[in-house]
Amino acid sequence: MIVRRIVLAFSLSALATIAIASTANIGERQQIMKSNGGATKPVVAMLKGEAPFDLAVVQKSLANYQDNIGKFVTLFPDDSKSGEKTSASPKIWEDMAGFKAAADKFAADAKMASTTIIDETSFKANMPNVLKNCGSCHEAWRVKDPQ
Amino acid sequence: MGRLIRSVLAAVTLAAFSAYWLSGFDAYTVFRSDGRLTSSRPPNAANGKVLFAAGGCFSCHASPSSPDRLHLGGGQPLKTPFGVFYPPNISPDPLDGIGRWTQVQFIRALREGTAPDGHSYYPAFPYPSYRHITPDDAADLFAYIRTLPAVSGRAPDHDLAFPYSVRRGLGLWKLAFLEGTAIDNDPARPANWNRGRYLVEGVGHCAECHSPRSLAGTIIAEKRLAGGPNLEGKGFVPNLTPDKTGLGEWSEAEIASLLKDGFTPEFDSVGGAMADVVRNTAQLSDADRMAIAVYLKSLPPIAGQSRSK
Repeated sequence: MIVRRIVLAFSLSALATIAIASTANIGERQQIMKSNGGATKPVVAMLKGEAPFDLAVVQKSLANYQDNIGKFVTLFPDDSKSGEKTSASPKIWEDMAGFKAAADKFAADAKMASTTIIDETSFKANMPNVLKNCGSCHEAWRVKDPQ
Repeated sequence: MGRLIRSVLAAVTLAAFSAYWLSGFDAYTVFRSDGRLTSSRPPNAANGKVLFAAGGCFSCHASPSSPDRLHLGGGQPLKTPFGVFYPPNISPDPLDGIGRWTQVQFIRALREGTAPDGHSYYPAFPYPSYRHITPDDAADLFAYIRTLPAVSGRAPDHDLAFPYSVRRGLGLWKLAFLEGTAIDNDPARPANWNRGRYLVEGVGHCAECHSPRSLAGTIIAEKRLAGGPNLEGKGFVPNLTPDKTGLGEWSEAEIASLLKDGFTPEFDSVGGAMADVVRNTAQLSDADRMAIAVYLKSLPPIAGQSRSK
């Protein structure tokens, strides 16, 4: 009897740990994407001419993207496919290699831009290429807000 | 008794014949359509190109195997709860596309959902919205599509569940649900509002995804543009009315900006099918994007599902 209870308690706590772990992954993913949004805001304002060009801010955003996306792709274990209003597409788990390749491309584009962008002209020429990754990734790997 | 049975049989036969005839090719045209199928001026392909972008024709009709999105060979599956639709080849190919169509046939397809051979299209081809395209604009669109490359090959047949697989039912569906008239300019409203309404309700066919549908597959009028379930998969399509669950807190400039670069005011980047829509709306003029925003902000606010942050 006691043994059974202990086993039950262990199983329940194991289940709870798994649930917390995947919830944590989803929450962290969403935080990272918010951070990317925060990094994008000043950059788009500069592209639109609503804010003065500031190379330091641009470089910081590009570095943020690279840090963020490297961490981001590690947060998709099999138990994090649903819950917590995740917008992750099931396609991610069907084609993890393709998903990681898309993330790598974003990181590589951001890295390349951090060397090619040296002034406002090169910023306006190269930054849109980095930002294109937002739309193309969301198109392929994210579904509209589930409820 | 014998007489009663005979009368019932006669009534049933008559009803069956009527249903057959009414579901036929010309019933909608005869009973409901405004019949506007001819353009009043020589076609303007440049305007057609703008409408082509506003409608995002290639989002459904581009050949999935071709990297060139102006190859309109069709065949890219559209998965819905009704089944899988395969949009047809609308390239100017004379055999497999619309190369031999006349202008009137094209306008009729667009505005009435009727093919040159008389059969009706499924409203997965959003002609309830295209109904509002003027015949002149439809002719311009036709002229533009005819400048694009001819692509050979046909799309597979639609793969639909019963009863949606009965194509003849569409004749009745149109008779019941397809508006006979089109929206008209509202002189009490500014020109950019009218332009915005024309783009949103007509060629842009925004309501086709951004509204919930009834069991008959029609848009629920009182929830028009207030968002709805995503018919192509999980999740939902956002509310576009100026309710707090929709675009209530957005400025017109923010809406226009999303249609250009895909970023929301929080700098999220729109995904799913909307990413492709933005690729299309990015080709419109700033004035057209702003007109869309002006119209959307003028709608009555309707509560919809709230957007998760």
